[in-house]
Amino acid sequence: MSHPLAYARYELLRTFRNRRLYIFSLGFPLVLYYAIAEPNRNEHDLGGTGISAPLYFMVGLAAFGAMNAVLGSGARIAAERSVGWNRQLRLTPLSTRTYFRVKVATAYVMGALTIALLYVAGATLGVHLQAGNWLAMTGLVLIGLAPFAALGILLGHLLTSDSVGPAIGGTTAVFALLGGTWFPITGGVMQKIAEALPSYWLVQASHVGLGEKGWGATGWLVVAAWTVGAAVLARRAYARDTQRV
Amino acid sequence: MSQPTGIELRSVEKTFGSPAGPVRAVRGIDVDVREGETVALLGPNGAGKSTTVDILLGLQQPDNGTVTVFGGPPRQAVAAGRVGAMLQEGGVLRDLTVAELVAMMAALFPRPVDVEETLRLAQLTDIAERRTERLSGGERQRLRFAVALVSNPDLLVLDEPTVGMDVESRRAFWLTVRELSARGKTFLFATHYLEEADTYADRVVLMAHGRVVADGPPTEIKAIVGSRTIRATLPGTPLEELERLPGVTHAERHGESVALSCSDSDAALRELIARYPEARDIEVRGAGLEEAFVQLTADEEVAA
Repeated sequence: MSHPLAYARYELLRTFRNRRLYIFSLGFPLVLYYAIAEPNRNEHDLGGTGISAPLYFMVGLAAFGAMNAVLGSGARIAAERSVGWNRQLRLTPLSTRTYFRVKVATAYVMGALTIALLYVAGATLGVHLQAGNWLAMTGLVLIGLAPFAALGILLGHLLTSDSVGPAIGGTTAVFALLGGTWFPITGGVMQKIAEALPSYWLVQASHVGLGEKGWGATGWLVVAAWTVGAAVLARRAYARDTQRV
Repeated sequence: MSQPTGIELRSVEKTFGSPAGPVRAVRGIDVDVREGETVALLGPNGAGKSTTVDILLGLQQPDNGTVTVFGGPPRQAVAAGRVGAMLQEGGVLRDLTVAELVAMMAALFPRPVDVEETLRLAQLTDIAERRTERLSGGERQRLRFAVALVSNPDLLVLDEPTVGMDVESRRAFWLTVRELSARGKTFLFATHYLEEADTYADRVVLMAHGRVVADGPPTEIKAIVGSRTIRATLPGTPLEELERLPGVTHAERHGESVALSCSDSDAALRELIARYPEARDIEVRGAGLEEAFVQLTADEEVAA
């Protein structure tokens, strides 16, 4: 293939023209952020986490919006499949590997946009972090999105264009709720469940923003396991999809 | 075979599972397409045309038999960017303009044609800036043609390419096919429009029930079935009498006129005039491909 970047540029252009992105990945998290964090802007120790409400919810909603943005690649894949475009692509020199790379890269650009927007919103509510901590936190959030990028591809190849929208919405909602996006999870069974979810570790990246320790072994293990698991299933769903009539 | 072979299908079989039991979509076919040839794959719905197309594009593996495209496996020709295709019932990606979608696909190939030139060939220049989700069925079909062309392929495989096109687009489409064919490109198109196969193909491969029932130039296919039809105004004569005329294979009546399918129209005509001097408005015509089509596919149905 000669110009994968030119191809990716059009893929990105398509994504930017899709209203879904603005509503679910940018608008929705932004509005929710101000609705939740603004009334608590002077709360400096949210639920005993040692983290201020504006910072906690900034990362929580950035995680929520970015999850949505990254899973959104699944909606695009399902839509492409419904018009037979994946068959058309299989008649080009585009390799499966490049196809997935472009999908993941596009998803990440969208996710990064959401994160950047929430950072700006956080700054307006007084979130101040050292540059190094911003970077470390962002790095962890981007890594924590990997399982969702794989899940997006999985859902896109598994579901129809009609069912994929609700499935992505539902997936995001469940992961966000159990992972502590809306309120801090402290102790008990909920804590045990949360720690097994990648979304919990996404939100936990806010600790790094304050210069505290990172995920620890459990966090890395959970994120890696979800990424590998979802990627293997996505690969299988793709293979099954290409066998079909 | 003296010329290099573009496509070679040998004893290809494909069966699908379905709730009603296995469906033998393709039952052992041999098809050759030489480089530079324009071949029509003709047959009614369910004949196995689309499955054959999928197999020769490498989108499906045959259960038995072998397929080569330009001397190698189909996927190899596809990976080299030598194959362009319009698949059946395909849509197009949304959220892009016509020109953007063609440029996007061009970026995937090693030696694409200029986008502007492709748009011109597919009669899309006037709507180049229109969003793909706002196209009519015929415009979408032309865009899919442009996508197949932009890679500058040596082989173009078109599955029902003119479905949804109006008469004008259809004619322009075939003009482009002829222009590209003159430049040495190989075409294989599946169609159930007899007229198109008759007019535009060098050769017709007629399929029915997963088999090739005839393979040859359109004229030869027509010759397999009674070569000519005699029409005349001849009220009142029983058809059985007419069918006994020398050289007549079949007789039909439409009101006052009769149509006689002939294996030897010269003998039939002499006898007709001698025996029925009252016959008027006599016409002799070459049989249409449609008659050949109906007869050949009907025979196959009886055999199957």
